Amino acid sequence: MKRLVSFILGILAVCLLLFMTSSHLQKAQGLTNSDTLTLYNWGDYIDPQLIKKFQRETGYKVRVETFDSNEAMFTKIQQGGTSYDLAVPSEYMVQKMRKAHLLKPLNKSRIHGLANINSRFLNLGFDPDNRYSVPYFWGTLGIVYNDQMVKANQVQHWRDLWSPRFRNQIMLVDSARDIMGMALIEQGHSVNTTNPVQLNAAKKRLDQLSPNVKAIVADEIKMYMAQDEAAVAVTWSGEASEMMANNSHLHYVVPSEGSNLWFDNLVIPRTAKHYKAIYAFINFMLRPENAAQNATYVGYATPNKAAEKKLPKSVANDPQFYPDEKTISHLQVYQDLGPRMVGIYNDKFLEFKMHGH
Amino acid sequence: MKRFNPAYSFLYILWIVLFVIAPLVLIVYQSFFDISGHLTLANYQAYFGSGTYLKMTLNSIWYALLITLLTLLISYPTAYWLNQTKNKQLWLLLIILPTWINLLLKAYAFIGILSQNGSVNHFLTFVGIGPQQLLFTNASFIFVAAYIEIPFMILPIFNAIDELNPSFVNASRDLGATNWQTFSKVIFPLTINGVKAGVQAVFIPSLSLFMLTRLIGGNKVITLGTAIEEHFLVTQNWGMGSTIGVVLIVAMVIIMFVTGERRKKGRKGE
Repeated sequence: MKRLVSFILGILAVCLLLFMTSSHLQKAQGLTNSDTLTLYNWGDYIDPQLIKKFQRETGYKVRVETFDSNEAMFTKIQQGGTSYDLAVPSEYMVQKMRKAHLLKPLNKSRIHGLANINSRFLNLGFDPDNRYSVPYFWGTLGIVYNDQMVKANQVQHWRDLWSPRFRNQIMLVDSARDIMGMALIEQGHSVNTTNPVQLNAAKKRLDQLSPNVKAIVADEIKMYMAQDEAAVAVTWSGEASEMMANNSHLHYVVPSEGSNLWFDNLVIPRTAKHYKAIYAFINFMLRPENAAQNATYVGYATPNKAAEKKLPKSVANDPQFYPDEKTISHLQVYQDLGPRMVGIYNDKFLEFKMHGH
Repeated sequence: MKRFNPAYSFLYILWIVLFVIAPLVLIVYQSFFDISGHLTLANYQAYFGSGTYLKMTLNSIWYALLITLLTLLISYPTAYWLNQTKNKQLWLLLIILPTWINLLLKAYAFIGILSQNGSVNHFLTFVGIGPQQLLFTNASFIFVAAYIEIPFMILPIFNAIDELNPSFVNASRDLGATNWQTFSKVIFPLTINGVKAGVQAVFIPSLSLFMLTRLIGGNKVITLGTAIEEHFLVTQNWGMGSTIGVVLIVAMVIIMFVTGERRKKGRKGE
């Protein structure tokens, strides 16, 4: 017993020592300083070189914390335990956070370079006049295919996925809104429909797809596609670009009849404190050379028109990630439909998952 | 009783209240609220009124049964054999060892083993059968789930067999029982409590497996765990998620009751 007690005391002493060392180190790095900007971002979603550059240029320290889902971020900001200064929610989440009074409006007079952003990506339904958000990256939902198993002309449109050729060959990303949205677009409806008839029809259409569905997976879809596990996948452009970096046989198509257009946006959450640093950072990221560098690092499409010009031609003209005007004009942005509709979308998706098994 | 120190029981009670009773009460409480925060029974109506949830429940029970059965079939002979070996504690340690590894890591390892370019398919190609689709099948899901649950089945059975007095077995043999008779009339009935404990430890977690259903089952196997995860993380309908949780807790109580030790009526006369 005595030995046990001294053992436990020993462990506690080590913990205390480690804790003191880490807080000392944090102080040395200025992480508890009032000049510290806390950026709440998706994992690996900013070029670390840019953060260094920002710190050198402005003298502010940046601390990056990461999240892996919009919902997790929402919950943490709602709790308000940490003073996040900037967050990067997707568009429907901007709308939801706004409704929940979790966002501070932007002071436009302190923002320089908003004109660099392609006007197509400003003043959209989820945030009229961009009162709360600055677009950070954008992307689409589309089809990834492996050219060893599929010819390009076999997967240009959503309806191609229903072809019996792809029996047990398709992987879907595990997201109710996106997969229901895919079926809705295939039938020519809006991805934001609340019409029960259209939703039921979309679910029936998905049931017809189930013999072709090999699996419905989350992040692992990147690994599976890179390892040639399936011929076709439905996923977001960002995930697609990561897969393609690991497997040169993969290609990405945005169906020209329409798809989802999504945004991740810089917003100032209610928990923000260091406004000078916040606006310095927003302006820094709006500068074309920085936005271009970030887009090169992350591999997503930048909404910054001026930055697009600075990108290599092979990137900026790549129709996979910068689709032509006609396709872009058919893209639809998700709106926050409220918890009840989100529940209905998810129930339909769950029924589809259970179908035929 | 003089040396009884109330401080010990205080800690115990505090632990139970904070980490067992309070969460249970919270889950039951949450299950009576709908998504807009109104007190209602609608969640239970939705659960028992919709074919989806009932089908999902049956699905979960069916898969949990298969997993438990497979685990039991493998574990009982293993535990029995372990008891016969010389260094049984060492062998037991080797079987428990995988439980120290994170579940997610084990699942990812199986992805590597079972995928199109995995070692199993390399072997199948080598022997001339050719690559097969192994991932995202019901069989691979049950196999991986059984692999993960096996230590929890072996341990209680091992202990039960370990405690079995060998003189009963010897007596049975001396009185002319065959090996099978010894097993079915003496060994198995005397170790049934280990089996029951193992079944409890495997069946109940198997009802709500959700990570594996996605990683190995590719969401082609849907259990109640999938629905709970979705309601808490995606739709944020905590009421519905809690309702499913309450159903699982009730199922757990029923299993405990069915497999639990009950006092036999004839015991006094023995």
